[in-house]
Amino acid sequence: MTYLLKPRLHHPSLAANELGFTRRDYEGSVSTLCAGCGHDSISAAIIQACYDLNLPPHRLAKLSGIGCSSKTPDYFLGASHGFNTVHGRMPSVLTGANLANRELIYLGVSGDGDSASIGLGQFAHAIRRGVNMTYIVENNGVYGLTKGQFSATSDKGSKSKKGVENHDSAIDLVSLALQLGATFVARSFSGDKAQLAPLIRAALAHKGAAFIDCVSPCVQFNNHAGSTKSYDYVREHNEAVNRLDVIAKRAPIEVDYAPGTTTTVTQHDGSVLALHKLAEHYDPTDRIAAMTYLAQRQAQGEVVTGLLYVDPEASDLHDSLDTVERPLNSLGGPDLIPGSSVLAKINADLR
Amino acid sequence: MSGSLNLTNDFVVKFANVNGSGSASANSMFAKSVLRMGVPVAARNIFPSNIQGLPTWYEVRVTGDGHLGRRGGVDLMVAMNPQTWDRDIAEIEPGGYLFYDSTKAMPESKFREDITVVGVPLTRICNEVYSVPRERQLFKNIIYVGALAALLGIEIEVIETLLSEQFAGKDRLIKANFEALHMGRDYVKANLKPLGLQVRRADAVGDRIYVEGNSAAALGAVYGGATVCAWYPITPSTSVVEAFMDYCAEFRTDKETGQAKYAIVQAEDEIASIGMVIGAGWNGARAFTATSGPGVSLMTEFIGLSYFAEIPAVIIDVQRGGPSTGMPTRTQQADLIGAAYAGHGDTKHPMLLPQDPGECFEMAALAFDLSDRLQTTIFLMQDLDIGMNEWLTEPFKWDDSRNLDRGKVMTYEELEAGVDFGRYKDVDGDGIPYRTYPGVHPSKGAYFTRGTSRNPYARYSEEGHVYVDNMQRLLRKFETAKSLIPAPVLRKSGKATRTGVIYFGSTTPAMHEALEILEAKGMHLDALRVRGFPFSDEVYDFIAAHDRVFVVEQNRDAQLRTLIVNEGDVDPGKLPPVLHYDGTPITARFIAAEIGARLGAAAPRSPVPEAAE
Repeated sequence: MTYLLKPRLHHPSLAANELGFTRRDYEGSVSTLCAGCGHDSISAAIIQACYDLNLPPHRLAKLSGIGCSSKTPDYFLGASHGFNTVHGRMPSVLTGANLANRELIYLGVSGDGDSASIGLGQFAHAIRRGVNMTYIVENNGVYGLTKGQFSATSDKGSKSKKGVENHDSAIDLVSLALQLGATFVARSFSGDKAQLAPLIRAALAHKGAAFIDCVSPCVQFNNHAGSTKSYDYVREHNEAVNRLDVIAKRAPIEVDYAPGTTTTVTQHDGSVLALHKLAEHYDPTDRIAAMTYLAQRQAQGEVVTGLLYVDPEASDLHDSLDTVERPLNSLGGPDLIPGSSVLAKINADLR
Repeated sequence: MSGSLNLTNDFVVKFANVNGSGSASANSMFAKSVLRMGVPVAARNIFPSNIQGLPTWYEVRVTGDGHLGRRGGVDLMVAMNPQTWDRDIAEIEPGGYLFYDSTKAMPESKFREDITVVGVPLTRICNEVYSVPRERQLFKNIIYVGALAALLGIEIEVIETLLSEQFAGKDRLIKANFEALHMGRDYVKANLKPLGLQVRRADAVGDRIYVEGNSAAALGAVYGGATVCAWYPITPSTSVVEAFMDYCAEFRTDKETGQAKYAIVQAEDEIASIGMVIGAGWNGARAFTATSGPGVSLMTEFIGLSYFAEIPAVIIDVQRGGPSTGMPTRTQQADLIGAAYAGHGDTKHPMLLPQDPGECFEMAALAFDLSDRLQTTIFLMQDLDIGMNEWLTEPFKWDDSRNLDRGKVMTYEELEAGVDFGRYKDVDGDGIPYRTYPGVHPSKGAYFTRGTSRNPYARYSEEGHVYVDNMQRLLRKFETAKSLIPAPVLRKSGKATRTGVIYFGSTTPAMHEALEILEAKGMHLDALRVRGFPFSDEVYDFIAAHDRVFVVEQNRDAQLRTLIVNEGDVDPGKLPPVLHYDGTPITARFIAAEIGARLGAAAPRSPVPEAAE
């Protein structure tokens, strides 16, 4: 986290979106992460996605835990309220925030140490509850802030910068999210902005628990030979199942429906996901097939990326609880307090 | 039998049962029947951490004088559990009574000579009428209630009314229960005489209500405007949320849509519970959790975040016997220090200390105003004794002109008007900064909340003076809290005295009775009931005005006394502790004996609690 503000000077002819915001309006403070950190690329993709979605920056709430990845919400959407919570426990705070005001858009940013170790439980339960959020794990497979320890997503057999081999099995958060009932599951690579930014747009438009595992190399501690989270390794082993376009519900839908190349999925909010298939016969609406496909490719050492699963009819936690449409934080005394006459009846019943 | 106790509207009945035998509702009905006759009762459920099979007791004090604490001693033991027979009989006061199931003859050696033994062949009566084992078990309880009514002079019609209310709309059950009730009554009328212990109709209850503290706190949360509750089940706090669910379902459902104006989530653990509460509090909803000591331990990291990031949260801590798993179904006041200083680094959290369900209601509602006003975690420190027992208490009151105090929240209009917003600026000099709700304004008022050090404008800073300024402001805020916490209640002795006593919470009724006992022996004490933390100046003025101030509490390490000493400039030698911590609610006799011995003897007695149940 930095206390440095970005200079507000910018080119006078910067393009503006439908709300009149330029890309700069979606930026935050100057990043203090290492030059080349994958996380900064993810921040850039988030900025791009929010700009493209014409999202009012202040209507997004960004929450994170503790760690390199969790610093990043300071580096985008400076007009939004942000919250660095505690290590690994961002999901519960986001859940509570979402319960308080269902009208904001919730973006949870986490890391592999944050979500796959100390926060694995909270990650799992927020997903299974269907909290309406976009949950991005910036997955570098290493503890950066404490300088190079393996994380729970480090692949078995991968090597640390010092050459130590990891003997523990990796937790694959994508497989876990699918098993836990996430209604939008994707994986991407911080070095592939063309794939990542549309995925984030689609996730933000999704109603329900949207999860994106984003492999994000750590240039300091996990970008060497022997690492399976390095730029080179991921580029060599990336198997993209699809490329995504998101068409907002207000825009006219013009998609190339050429048979065998594109699938469209209309989400709950009316946005249309146009999936340009790369993997043969890949159906992103079949959860079990997605899990099987992932396992098969993983066994071959491939990192499968793209939109892996989506349930376009997903519901969320507020649906489960059947809460009123009005945000709970906007209800006042008359909405909430039964008053003295009701209390008199309660008293009478207790005698 | 000569020498038997003859007491009217002033005696203690204790039921010894087996957990899971269905006795709880019968015993509770017995207590309520006395209450309906206009005679105050104080009931205590003493139960094991177990579903079925272990011993459980239910103690009913018939207290025409209105002493609602435990007195100590038993005048009539209803001994329904062979497993605890010997210890139950040993507990009976000389001249007292034993009621037992006489289906099987007991050897004379099993009885004491100084008590009156009353046998009713409950099992035989049951077996003659019922063939289903569960019916035999359940109706045996009703039969002994009928028998006791006849022995103690309780009007059978009162119990019939209670049964009719309990099984409203289920005529078959009402009829069956009436039959069992009458069987017990008729056996006594035909074979036994009334006891020396008698209930006589009176008018000493007034408009008071009979309710559990957990239910009262839940209702207080409703009136306090809580809309988000995240929780994880733990004895003895579980019934807080269960009651909150019921009240919300009744009072917080939108009449037109049927939708809920509240959200209750059973979290995966206590950590997630408080995390959700903090998230909701950050986002402008009133949120709470209910837990007990082990839960507070788990929540501690988040509570520290609430303190430092200044986020409202309410925790209802229903204290039980610790440390660790301790005695989960027994009562203590042993979470005080853990709650007051929960967190690492320098933290302090306001606590409210209710004396009974009436105050549980009031203080629960107040807790939400305070948490918004002070932007921090507020603890409502109940205990199992208040929380899970039904207490006679003043009726709940609510002033309809009262509004929710949302504290210092900058609105869109204020931001739009160009007011300088610094999230952690001490604008008013009271240590309390202004906050904004997320999403309130397109370009103003957004800030980054974090548990790390930051400057008044919420920007990260590791500069020493910035950190110190912030920590000093938090102390100012804690000082401000003193004026918002309910003031202590002074109970002056009838005679001038240099001796005082400080106490709090569920100890109150036993303490008041103990003061009367001591006064009858010529020992006069001024008494101060502390109702919250931080302590106001009145607490320290009271100590300064006396040479010696006993501090009575229900824990081993004198936690209230420690807090008083730690937070003020007090000589610890002035504050002798009086400690009771065997897991049962403190009794008037214990307090009177402890203080009496120390006032009357040269050497103080060791603070060892009375024998366990």
